[in-house]
Amino acid sequence: MLGKLSWSAIPFYQPLPLYAMGVVGLAILAVLIIITKKGWWPYLWEEWLTSVDHKRIGVMYLVLALVMLIRGYSDAIMMRSQQAIAIGGAEGYLPPDHYNQIFSSHGTIMIFFVAMPFVIGLMNFVVPLQLGVRDVAFPVLNSVSFWLTASGALLINVSLVIGSFARTGWMCYPPLSELAYSPDVGVDYYLWLLQISGIGTLFAGINMVTTILKLRAPGMTYFRMPVFCWSALASSILIVVAFPVLTATFAMLLLDRLVGTHFFTNDAGGNMMMYVNLFWAWGHPEVYILILPAFGVFSEVIATFSGKPLFSYRSMVLALLAICVLSFMVWLHHFFTMGASADVNAFFGIMSMIIGVPTGVKVFNWLFTMFRGRIVFKTPVLFSIGFMVTFVIGGMTGVLLAVPPIDFVLHNSVFLVAHFHNVIIGGVLFGALAGYNYWFPKAFGFTLDERWGKASFWCWIIGFYLAFTPLYVLGLMGMTRRLQHIADPSWRPLLLVAELGAIVVFFAILCQAMQLYVSIRTRESRRDLTGDPWNGRTLEWATSSPPPAYNFAVLPRVETIDAFWEMKRKGLGAARPAYEAIEMPRNSPLAFVIAFFAVVTGFALIWQIWWIAILGLLAILVAVMVFGWSEDRQREISAAEMARLERAQLGLGRPA
Amino acid sequence: MTTTTIEAVRPDRVRGRGAGGPSSTRTVVAYGFWIFILSDITMFSALFAAYAVLSDRTAGGPTASELINLRHVFVETMCLLISSYTAGIGALSAERRQPDRFLIFAALTFVFGAAFLIIEITDFADMLRVGAGPSRSAFLSAFWALVGMHGAHVTSGLLWLIYMVAQVVAKGLLPHVLRRLLCFSLFWHALDIVWVGVLTVVYLMGAH
Repeated sequence: MLGKLSWSAIPFYQPLPLYAMGVVGLAILAVLIIITKKGWWPYLWEEWLTSVDHKRIGVMYLVLALVMLIRGYSDAIMMRSQQAIAIGGAEGYLPPDHYNQIFSSHGTIMIFFVAMPFVIGLMNFVVPLQLGVRDVAFPVLNSVSFWLTASGALLINVSLVIGSFARTGWMCYPPLSELAYSPDVGVDYYLWLLQISGIGTLFAGINMVTTILKLRAPGMTYFRMPVFCWSALASSILIVVAFPVLTATFAMLLLDRLVGTHFFTNDAGGNMMMYVNLFWAWGHPEVYILILPAFGVFSEVIATFSGKPLFSYRSMVLALLAICVLSFMVWLHHFFTMGASADVNAFFGIMSMIIGVPTGVKVFNWLFTMFRGRIVFKTPVLFSIGFMVTFVIGGMTGVLLAVPPIDFVLHNSVFLVAHFHNVIIGGVLFGALAGYNYWFPKAFGFTLDERWGKASFWCWIIGFYLAFTPLYVLGLMGMTRRLQHIADPSWRPLLLVAELGAIVVFFAILCQAMQLYVSIRTRESRRDLTGDPWNGRTLEWATSSPPPAYNFAVLPRVETIDAFWEMKRKGLGAARPAYEAIEMPRNSPLAFVIAFFAVVTGFALIWQIWWIAILGLLAILVAVMVFGWSEDRQREISAAEMARLERAQLGLGRPA
Repeated sequence: MTTTTIEAVRPDRVRGRGAGGPSSTRTVVAYGFWIFILSDITMFSALFAAYAVLSDRTAGGPTASELINLRHVFVETMCLLISSYTAGIGALSAERRQPDRFLIFAALTFVFGAAFLIIEITDFADMLRVGAGPSRSAFLSAFWALVGMHGAHVTSGLLWLIYMVAQVVAKGLLPHVLRRLLCFSLFWHALDIVWVGVLTVVYLMGAH
């Protein structure tokens, strides 16, 4: 009746996750009570949960990312503390079984539920505004994407209290992840929840590619698009071409576990290295899916706060597209030790070094953009400069690892761990936070506090270097990754420094939270009434902050790169715009309904409760078919209504 | 200069290319669906890769040449190709707002698609009978996954076709129904393209 599910699934013998979930549960309960008491449900339902507005969906993605960042960070500090304590004779406080789940969930959460929602959220919010259009190509599908991602995030948190999570590391390599060696539901949680959120991500990518290629303001040719849009395009193309490979790979592993097939097993002809190859055929493009939008953010931030157009726009675009192509030709450098021939390893080593070239081009472009610019050192600029320094170091260690003989020595050491945190924290996370600080006023109509923002930046960068420089050294000393217990006491001092770094990062997150709190408290004094708080260059600053649901009453006409800068230079049009009737998509509960049943179905599949899984899938099918039958999906805003809305907007926001 | 001329002649052509602003809904929907098909084909490419790696890993079990009945495969292929042809004519009839002709060709598409599926399922049942199930060897795992995934796509295509016929009957050939029919025929033709790959890699190369 209930498949593998029974009371024993709840880990009463492990107090730590239970306490953690108790606290989280109480917090969620408190939030729900407050919402109910204050009567906010109708507002939440109508304005957020069923919203198909790309800006609202973007904000929800960012909220998801920030919440999951706290979860992922909790895992990180637990691992760091374990490694700082469990040295020599000491055992530490995390048993191996629990420790293995923590490093697996840390990686899974940080990649799929922090970095991905962060960059997809930014793309969602910014791209249609920068293109000067009213929404993405498929607004309802967009909300489906978000809610499926949220479903995956929910399921990974459920795994804390009901059952367990994978103990395999975030790549879930077979044969360890096969049924014979991981018989419980941990790996099933990993696979099913990533299948669900992966579908959401794929839809988001399809949506974004279509939006950028087919929906742009009049006059916006490809080479007049802001660089962030180019980076979003490159990243979304990678999503479309890489994520299906992951889906297929996970499907094969699921078949191995459920049906007894032999794709990756040790026996009957299975080939576990095929999993590793397929996984990284997705996995390497994935790191560029994450970093390219971050590059886009830095390009916008640096150009805006230097008061100059981006240096060599075309080479920037070419570099983005070159990376897009090359990212599919380097996957083998994740496992040089597989046993491929020297020629194969040499090829992938050289390709991995070549892919560093376009990235180097970008760094020079940013530097030349800043050169002789009037740089305003706001928080996003600090993150951008911090990124340039940090990312170059991360790139250098990456090129080092791209040399196969060196990789044989450093493979699976904490040197590698330090390398990829160096590029992901220093690149993706700094980019995401720069973008968050940069576009926050556009989303909410008031700027973020600079003092707390800068404090958080300094904590982030100092914390990062304290936490990860020791790992480079330890890696060279021979420390492998994922150690639950450290035998060599001479590593203790460096591990304590790394622990200190993790604590400094805690203060960075604290400052981030304080920044948000202080900014909301003092929002009246930090209102952005012009819609253009940074003297911006691109079209998102041409509308009010926050923008109306339809973004632009009249679609802007684009004549150059940096369209809004050119408009300001020529003088903003004084003529009264001629409003026309427009159509906007109506809100739809479809995504929320699908996500609800996706969680139910996913949970049932994990626990092999087949009848619930079938019912859940049928419910999703029915929901889609009912939606497919509906007619009245658009609402028209008449010209007169538009004029009235715009007058109200002008009165409220922008003094005419 | 040229742009203005084109714009005057075919405004629809210029839209979406930057000069003329956002594309029409029809273009956006069809384009988005193309991108989806691209992703679907990428998914198949992973299964093809798995098949290529595992095709000789028979682990002492039956090999491809022992299992393949090229006569069946020929009939299957013909069914699918004909159904694609009828789907094409059905799409043209729909574009010309001829619902009756559309319904006839939709029915033919369904019949040939279902015939393909029935032959495939019979073959699968035969394989199970001789102990050539997906868990017998890595080769058979890859075979079942690749061919089965194509079959699952055909099945969902047939369900979609029923739904679309219901929409045409209930609502007529409205613009949004036509857009979905366009997506359906793209999907149906894409399944043919995948089948050509399956036919070549699995059946023709495996038969000897």
